[in-house]
Amino acid sequence: MIPPEFEYYAPTSVDDAIALLSRFNGEAKVLAGGHSLLPLMKLRLASPSVLVDINRIPGLSYIKEEGGHLKIGATTRTNDLLDSTLLRKSYPILTDAAHEIADPLVRNLGTVGGNVCHGDPGNDLPACMLALGGVFALAGPDGARTVPASEFYKDTFVTAVGPTEMLVEVRIPQPVARQGTAYHKIEKRIGDFAMAGAGARVVLDESGKVTAAGIGLTGVGATAIHATKAAAALLGQPADDAHLQQAALVAQGESQPVSDLRGPAEYKRAMAGVLTHRVLVRAVARAKGGA
Amino acid sequence: MSADAPHVKGGIGQSILRKEDARLIRGKGNFVDDVKLPGMLYLDITRSPYAHAKITAIRTDKALKVPGVLAVITGKDLEAAGLAWMPTLMSDKQMVLPTDTVMYQAQEVAAVVADSRYAAADGAAAVEVDYEPLPVVTNPFKALEPGAPVIRTDRAEKSNHIWHWETGDKAGTDAALDGSAVRVTQDLYIPRIHVSSMETCGCVANMDPVSGRFTIWMTTQAPHAIRTVYALVTGLPEQNIRVISPDIGGGFGGKVPVYPGYVLASVASIKTGHPVKWIEDRSENLQADSFARDYHIHAEIGATQDGHVTALRVKTLADHGYTDAAANPSKFPAGLFHIITGSYPFAKAFVEVDAAYTNKPPGGIAYRCSFRVTEAVYTIERMMDLLAHKLNIDPAELRLKNFIPPEAFPFRSALGWTYDSGNYAGALRKAMEIIDYAGLRREQEAKRAKGELMGIGISSFTEIVGAGPSQTFDILGIKMFDSAEVRIHPTGKVIARFGTKSQGQGHETTYAQILAEELGLPADDIRVEEGDTDTAPYGLGTYASRSTPTAGAAASMAARKIREKARVIAAHLLEVSPDDVEWKDYAFRVKGVPGKSKTMAEVAFAAYTNHPKGTEAGLEATDYYDPPNMTYPFGSYICVVDIDKETGQVSVRRFVAVDDCGTIINPMIVDGQIHGGLTMGFAPALLEEIQYDEDGNIHGGTFMDYLVPTAVETPNWETAKTVTPSPHHPIGAKGVGESATVGAPPAIANAVMDALRPYGVDHIDIPLHPWKVWQALHGGGKSA
Amino acid sequence: MAATARPVTPAASLTTAGGTTTRIHITVNGELYSAEVEPRTLLVYFLREVLGLTGTHVGCDTTNCGACTVHLDGRPVKSCTVLAVQANGRQVRTVEGLEVGGKLSPVQQAFYEEHGLQCGFCTPGMMMTATALLARNPNPSDAEVRDAIRGNLCRCTGYVNIVKAIKAAGKKMQEPPAGGGGA
Repeated sequence: MIPPEFEYYAPTSVDDAIALLSRFNGEAKVLAGGHSLLPLMKLRLASPSVLVDINRIPGLSYIKEEGGHLKIGATTRTNDLLDSTLLRKSYPILTDAAHEIADPLVRNLGTVGGNVCHGDPGNDLPACMLALGGVFALAGPDGARTVPASEFYKDTFVTAVGPTEMLVEVRIPQPVARQGTAYHKIEKRIGDFAMAGAGARVVLDESGKVTAAGIGLTGVGATAIHATKAAAALLGQPADDAHLQQAALVAQGESQPVSDLRGPAEYKRAMAGVLTHRVLVRAVARAKGGA
Repeated sequence: MSADAPHVKGGIGQSILRKEDARLIRGKGNFVDDVKLPGMLYLDITRSPYAHAKITAIRTDKALKVPGVLAVITGKDLEAAGLAWMPTLMSDKQMVLPTDTVMYQAQEVAAVVADSRYAAADGAAAVEVDYEPLPVVTNPFKALEPGAPVIRTDRAEKSNHIWHWETGDKAGTDAALDGSAVRVTQDLYIPRIHVSSMETCGCVANMDPVSGRFTIWMTTQAPHAIRTVYALVTGLPEQNIRVISPDIGGGFGGKVPVYPGYVLASVASIKTGHPVKWIEDRSENLQADSFARDYHIHAEIGATQDGHVTALRVKTLADHGYTDAAANPSKFPAGLFHIITGSYPFAKAFVEVDAAYTNKPPGGIAYRCSFRVTEAVYTIERMMDLLAHKLNIDPAELRLKNFIPPEAFPFRSALGWTYDSGNYAGALRKAMEIIDYAGLRREQEAKRAKGELMGIGISSFTEIVGAGPSQTFDILGIKMFDSAEVRIHPTGKVIARFGTKSQGQGHETTYAQILAEELGLPADDIRVEEGDTDTAPYGLGTYASRSTPTAGAAASMAARKIREKARVIAAHLLEVSPDDVEWKDYAFRVKGVPGKSKTMAEVAFAAYTNHPKGTEAGLEATDYYDPPNMTYPFGSYICVVDIDKETGQVSVRRFVAVDDCGTIINPMIVDGQIHGGLTMGFAPALLEEIQYDEDGNIHGGTFMDYLVPTAVETPNWETAKTVTPSPHHPIGAKGVGESATVGAPPAIANAVMDALRPYGVDHIDIPLHPWKVWQALHGGGKSA
Repeated sequence: MAATARPVTPAASLTTAGGTTTRIHITVNGELYSAEVEPRTLLVYFLREVLGLTGTHVGCDTTNCGACTVHLDGRPVKSCTVLAVQANGRQVRTVEGLEVGGKLSPVQQAFYEEHGLQCGFCTPGMMMTATALLARNPNPSDAEVRDAIRGNLCRCTGYVNIVKAIKAAGKKMQEPPAGGGGA
């Protein structure tokens, strides 16, 4: 319950934060919402000697469209995603996911940056970023760089963010016509980690054929899984149920679940398919103008 | 009740608001962790990561160097004082701290005393322990095999078999089963669960070196029993021990045992001369404190061809962890499991239970279970449904056909219980009507034709509570009576103290209501206190739904003793003979002379200002109530579930609970108890379990993994009542706190299995995780 | 700001001897406090043990149960997972701050009238979440209430009366005040 001692800094600019991370050369951890890090420290499963609190850095919390992208600042609270009418209208996958993350109290402090950077295969936003083709903007001592979501997740709790870098922004391409997105997960009990989850983006042409697709899976691998084969299987196909089922089967095959308290691997694999199908159905309905 | 009928404000049957709420809604409760004393120190505990290991070394030097740490206590320190081991409430032994071997993961190994909570935590993390792992025993069947590693080498008998207990007519039951036209056999496992009250356990122990008084604020449901146990174990004189159980954030049985932390804090206080606070973390609570269930049951039921039950035979293996610390009444090591013939008149029955040691924490009955009645009711109600399916008889019809009829009460069961009263068919019919059972079966038929999964499950349970009559019930030899001490002040106000201890059940309100009814004084004028052993009369505490049947009865009896004396005083005031005075419509009235009367308040004043010659002044009485029998609340629950075929997820669409707890003191409070109890029945059926892997590592040891229900999945419970008073209780009340936890799990399990009938699956053990249902839907076979 | 802050004495603090501390200023229930705290001091312990506001409770160690819920700048958060230093310069409201001049808030009154509590341990956190919900949505549906309190666990009530209490409070808050002043 009681975390071990640590030094604490609350810089007021990204540059100062980076300077601190560099100074402590990998011994410092970024504190954003703290609702993944502090629980680990309270159980003494993590004991960083330095915390760099980035919550005092102004201008890191926003949701806006600019330059062809949806841009979300790293310290945007997860509940702010739920409150955004822009997201509900144009990026409902994020509204869907936000509602299913943890609980409303955790979401008042938990950040978008934390949810995409923590690297837990049970986090929900990574699958969304994979489905949307998101890009992460990082800041570090050597300057700024971007990493596409598809290259971001390396292993459990290991992402492309280096020990002296921090995420500053998440970018998602603005939607095109006849685009639909959706996210859903199933869990043993609300707020728990997923037994399986899936996020999808589809774009249809006028005849109802799929011209673009992206699928991400939660909780069925060492990281969030980018189901590229399943998405590829949809391209050029009519978005009828038979083809959605087929793509779901491919996604199922791309999942790599392990058996644990959230279910046997066999079950999770099957659920990866079921959920992919369900979010594809929803995304297609939204692409056609439904909800 | 018409507006004109005589009534007292806050009497029995009224849903008055609770007196205890005033402080709780303002955040001004006094829970153990709120207690703050000058010079108070903190205790934290170093725990074993291994389930079974020899301790080869403990190094405390680093811990002692942590700023703020004052002392480290190990098993060797306690051994010198004869305190390394202490008795359990079942007359087995448990360790306070090990001297050489740890026997479960998270077992206490050393205690650190420091001047702050934070320093104590740092100290506990800094104690270094070397372990030599030993073979781990987690499977109770394997524990009983010859050659299994012996866990309790301290016992004379070198085996993991704790005891064998049986009751009933073995030969007669075997013969009856052999002669039965229909027999159904089923293995059922009820996994380990943990009650997880929102407040964890803790204490503040204060040995005052000047006065020699030892005071301990403790999260305990049984303060007097604790005081006596402390006196016997420590040698401290009992009059110098004061146990204070203040506001308790939920108990449910988990706050009955004596945990090592209490003893360690007490030792630390005696050693340092300062108050010492110990508050466990949630993880410690889940991993080391008393669990519940863990019964491996083999049940066989026999019936005639037309569905009349004939015999019941049950063999159970009980996994007790490393010691028998289940707080059962001493004559019943398997608790009241032999209520298992349930609501049905089995002519023959036989039950046997064997208990085994394993490398797990001890316990067994801490989850609102009425001493193993949850296990019994789950078994019989599942078996009745299995029988109904085998016979192709509707499960409601099978029950109605078999119920013990109202005229058969008092009913003596084949296993020795005398049920006081019941109207089982009345409760089931009411539930069926409320939920439109016939309509649901029609809906189910239509859905089945389309391949949709919907299930209806029934549980018609008989509870057994109110422990208990002194010839059969004791804990460590202390008889299980309970008590009320009632005193009326000159201005007609009342103070009453009890030997029980509420942990949310609302005794400050409900006992006041009983007294209001019996004394004719408004409940607002009656102050109820519990939990301070210096002032409360001796009692065995609150658990197993015993308070209303025992202390509630004591309240009535004490009030009636007061009324007897008050009648004499009233006669004196009315200038008539006491024989001419009767208590009627809440006042003392001269027989045959309307208008000549005295209220209790007037009598109270006279008791101090004008008491008659030959009578003592004052107006008070104490009653120690020895119940003549247990009470037998009952009910019928009907649950409707829908199952998502693709995911196996179970959704409870409706749940109707008809309860009968006899006379209802406060309908609002009774419903609250039922809502909470149903939720604690829903949880084990669908969500909660604690598992151990082969190395004795716990799975489900934090709230991240041990999932208790939130408001989202908890159904909107529908409740109704029938009222069948207990003939032997002074106000006909039976108690209700645990009925719903007892009755709900089989209703839900039966509903799920009913939904899966087309798939030919007989039984799936709870909790009914989605993947278990899914596996059954995808060719899981007969029995999972 | 520091000139009007009420300092909290070091003797009441949670500091371990030798630990580095930092000075923070927090407004709690409208009163400004200043104190020396270690960075690792959790907000819940700061409230309970430095300020003596024991109405906020600790029910778990994995940020699941919500017994520790308080308002931080108006938003309900789990104070066991907030460092006191993170609340520096900010506003905190606890259950003790719900009542005004000894008069219960509508949420408190409703919990009392609807039997929305039994042991009372989860209740402060539950009421803080409810208060914040009703400030945003004074007329929530059953499902909305249940969703809003899904981060607050209760073992006693089965939630039925908690939902009733919250809805009743919302209704009450929408009624025009009875003649003679505000709520």
